[in-house]
Amino acid sequence: MNTAASDPANGEFEPKIVAYVCNWCTYLGADLAGTNRLEYPANVRIIRLPCTGRIDFNLIVKAFEIGADAVLVSGCHPGDCHYTSGNYHARRRWMLFRELLATLGIETERVHFTWISAAEGKKFQQLISEITSTTRDLGPYHAYREICETCEV
Amino acid sequence: MARIGVFTCWCGENIARNVDVQSVAEQAAQLPGVRCSQTHKYMCSDPGQKLIRDTIAAERLDGVVIASCSPHMHLKTFRKAAEHADLNPYLVEMANVREQCSWVHSQRSRATAKAVDLIRVAVAKVRHNRALEPIQVPVTRKVLVVGGGVAGIQAALDIADSGVPVVLVEREPSIGGKMAGLSETFPTLDCSQCILTPRMVEVAQHPNITLHTCSEVEQVEGYVGNFRVTIRKQARYIDVDKCTGCGQCWNACPSKKTPSEFDYGLGKRTAIYTPFPQAVPARPVIDRDACLRLTKGRCGICVKKCQADAIRFDDQDELVSEDIGAIIVATGYQLYEIGKPDGQGRVTGYGEYGYGRYPDVISSLQFERLVSASGPTGGEIRRPSDGAVPKTVVFISCVGSRDNAKGLSYCSKICCMVNAKHTMLYKHKVHDGQAHVFYMDIRAGGKNYDEFVRRAIEQDGAHYHRGRVSKITQEDGRLIVRGVDTLAGEPLTIAADLVVLAAAMRPATGVEDLAQKVNVGYDEFGFLCESHPKLRPVETNAAGVFVCGACHGPKDIPESVTQASAAAAKVLLMFSRDRLYREPEIAHVQESACAGCFACRRSCPYHAIDPAEIRDRQGQLVRRVARVNPGLCMGCGTCVALCVSKSVDLEGFSEEQVYAMVESLR
Repeated sequence: MNTAASDPANGEFEPKIVAYVCNWCTYLGADLAGTNRLEYPANVRIIRLPCTGRIDFNLIVKAFEIGADAVLVSGCHPGDCHYTSGNYHARRRWMLFRELLATLGIETERVHFTWISAAEGKKFQQLISEITSTTRDLGPYHAYREICETCEV
Repeated sequence: MARIGVFTCWCGENIARNVDVQSVAEQAAQLPGVRCSQTHKYMCSDPGQKLIRDTIAAERLDGVVIASCSPHMHLKTFRKAAEHADLNPYLVEMANVREQCSWVHSQRSRATAKAVDLIRVAVAKVRHNRALEPIQVPVTRKVLVVGGGVAGIQAALDIADSGVPVVLVEREPSIGGKMAGLSETFPTLDCSQCILTPRMVEVAQHPNITLHTCSEVEQVEGYVGNFRVTIRKQARYIDVDKCTGCGQCWNACPSKKTPSEFDYGLGKRTAIYTPFPQAVPARPVIDRDACLRLTKGRCGICVKKCQADAIRFDDQDELVSEDIGAIIVATGYQLYEIGKPDGQGRVTGYGEYGYGRYPDVISSLQFERLVSASGPTGGEIRRPSDGAVPKTVVFISCVGSRDNAKGLSYCSKICCMVNAKHTMLYKHKVHDGQAHVFYMDIRAGGKNYDEFVRRAIEQDGAHYHRGRVSKITQEDGRLIVRGVDTLAGEPLTIAADLVVLAAAMRPATGVEDLAQKVNVGYDEFGFLCESHPKLRPVETNAAGVFVCGACHGPKDIPESVTQASAAAAKVLLMFSRDRLYREPEIAHVQESACAGCFACRRSCPYHAIDPAEIRDRQGQLVRRVARVNPGLCMGCGTCVALCVSKSVDLEGFSEEQVYAMVESLR
């Protein structure tokens, strides 16, 4: 784990958060947080995708595999999808996948699914602050990494 | 790909204040595949772009990452710059180190570290980018306009005048829509038909317009630039080429009892009829449900009277096919159904106003016909029950509009102006009459609109009461209107001779059907959805389909006309080149791996995936696979996530690219 979020200068645990966001709502919401200079913790790494419908849930597992302590999936509000219905597919997939994750023993409180519109810069700021703080409380996701290491052996 | 250039922008102080740009550039230079790493005070400026162009040429770069602002701000700028240096624009990616880094993180060390990460992700992606070319789609330069009201007429004429052929489809026997039935229009009180009928005639005579009345869109196939539309022309029972429109037939027709649709039931019409004298086309139609010959096999007087031999009782519905490049939907509105019987002896939606029970409670469109010189009373205001001139008229606003209990939360926008107009028209014709208006708010935004309402109140003496009406009853031939004046703070009862309800605007019946045929979304009320409420107000999410007029939301005539011209302009813009150029970042199927389950096809919001048949040399069907139509795909990638065999991928956000991005954060 050589990336910066988990490599703090002060020795305190800094969670690494991977965010998969859609290009039209949440990405612009994050841009708006910037335009309004709304400060939030620097722990999140956004991966921009066209739509939440594009998010294959293997990507969530992949994020944990590369050392994420929490994953965020965020797109347009229901009814606001730039592509009409991609977010509904994402939501349906998420409902099923969350149970599957729980069955597999993955800590589902580390996976977050939200809607943030292009107008909700404030909400983006609050959400990232909240996720960072709850993940900080949960601590590093050692359990998953141990499984990964075992598998590699 | 291994010759990547990273260009980090200072954005003056915007990025450099919280991010150590120099250190970022040095670290970026160490990333795998990076050939060179440069910084500039303002990368988007001319000298900044020149630096990019020169470096691409000098270092023979095959990939570029710009670390600066949001890609929504400048991705196009930088892709263009790359193109000028002969680098395929799709080999350029951005790292958003301003909006999503320097502007939101004040701790310099952490912001700097995050900036490096964001560049790391972008570099990882660009290593897997492929050179892409815009998709070219041929265009049929012909437009379908659905709906022949004022919006459809405006759009059709604008397009036809520019030399592009138009097919105009109208469900009713005549074009003209709701506007043709209006008496005068606000805020100028100019006669509606005087403005509209010359435009209708222009449509009929235009060499570039093919008009189909009594017709509906049956089927729409294909995609932007290449639609194939089937139109159902209902049997008219008249040979329109032979008919001269002389009127002998309808003057002689013995079946005279059908309520006139054009007069909203206030007048009667014959079975063979033109909806109104200025109808376009000026040819009659036979109502197959009212005609004695068609229902009972008797009569046939019209045949005897017709000297042109134009009556065709054996006429059949006809299907017409047209190749179309773009579609404009302008299907307009209808009024909210007031006091609709629910089939169980009860009435939904303002049963307390007695609409349908008391003949003298009418809708605002019916009042238009009462005032109109071409209406059933010849322009004299006479109430339906006994033909008396009403001395007291009550106008009620917001019947249906802004009423959550009726399921319509929106403001119908035109009613305040309509009421003001009606009080004026009434007072101009019945000088000693009293006009009362019950309103919730007066919403008269628009050029000369508020002045118009003030005129109704101050010059023409309309009485405005802020409040709702709770009940209308009938006593001794008069209507007792019980309401409240909330400004006076007291209940108010008015004995009226006529009550006019300003019912809400709703989309025309059947619009959902049409929307599904052309693949356009609609809201909970049935109004069609535009692509973007501000920046793409006449486009829809279905490429090549445009909207205008009241099918998109409540609108008055000026707005409908404005939007219609806007839609026409967008269509002409689309037709300004021989081919359409579309973003190449779309899905494609690796057919050798496709199992043909078609989960992708079911999930696609644009119906962009069709089954394709793979056949061997003998022409035997080997299997069916999914194939993406590049003319329709918008690149959302929903199919990619659903594909079990991983045989669909999305250019620009391929599996390889996305996984590489995540992997880079390890």
